[in-house]
Amino acid sequence: MPDALVFHFDVDGENFTSAGQASTAIKRNLRQLGLPPEIIRRVSIAMYEGEINMVIHANGGDADVIVHEDCIEIILADRGPGIKDINLAMQEGYSTAPDNIRSLGFGAGMGLPNMKRYTDSIDIETELGVGTTIRMKVNLT
Amino acid sequence: MKISDIQRLLNAELLCCPDELDKHVYSACGSDMMSDVLAYVKDQAVLLTGLVNPQVIRTAEMMDMVCIVFVRSKRPNLEMIHLAEDNGLVLMTTEMRMYDACGTLYVNGLCGKAVKHA
Ligand SMILES: Nc1ncnc2c1ncn2[C@@H]1O[C@H](COP(=O)(O)OP(=O)(O)O)[C@@H](O)[C@H]1O
Ligand SMILES: [Mg+2]
Repeated sequence: MPDALVFHFDVDGENFTSAGQASTAIKRNLRQLGLPPEIIRRVSIAMYEGEINMVIHANGGDADVIVHEDCIEIILADRGPGIKDINLAMQEGYSTAPDNIRSLGFGAGMGLPNMKRYTDSIDIETELGVGTTIRMKVNLT
Repeated sequence: MKISDIQRLLNAELLCCPDELDKHVYSACGSDMMSDVLAYVKDQAVLLTGLVNPQVIRTAEMMDMVCIVFVRSKRPNLEMIHLAEDNGLVLMTTEMRMYDACGTLYVNGLCGKAVKHA
């Protein structure tokens, strides 16, 4: 089996303005690989929401995108506060984001539900005070 | 309609990407909540918004949109304009309010639902 292609990004937790840079870069990389536009859109939206979350809730982290033969895997790992109740966090509209984030167009509690909506699988590992790792897959076939 | 028609109908000032004005668009959406755009928008090519920050440009880019109209004379900064230029995304600004701008485009044939064109 050929080696999977891996893209790695550091997500800067300091500034909201640059949030989304990794997703923009991934979108470009996947386009260059000639993948179907609908797949690229789903991967980049899911990753973008995850990237925004890492910035607003977890002070940044690492993002890896792995292009496998049969799927694209997105791994977002942070050392933020962790998620107390995953079921609650997955509900549309649930958000602990402060008002200033809402006035920037995010913090509507749609991020995690969007990530689920646009991917074929999502797995969240989280520990309070330690961090959160989210793995998502979008199937290529 | 063409992007140039949007500019004319909204009496909008073009901020970048004049080469893209001949592109055809078939649907649009209006929102200040980017997560809603990411959740509910499907194939809408134009975003009308009163929100101005780089995430608006990134959201449009993720959704493969081709044009953003800023309402109420909102103006993006240079950084945002460069971000849009990198993606061939047309930016324009109109004095109209959201409701009026959306209504004007709607009655002139730009609907909210994506229509399939062969
Ligand atoms: N990486 C993360 N680290 C810590 N908490 C998170 C993280 N991602 C999401 N959360 C928690 O889950 C909630 C819901 O997330 P989301 O659906 O993206 O909505 P929003 O980001 O708009 O608040 C957040 O408000 C936050 O409390
Ligand atoms: Mg979020």
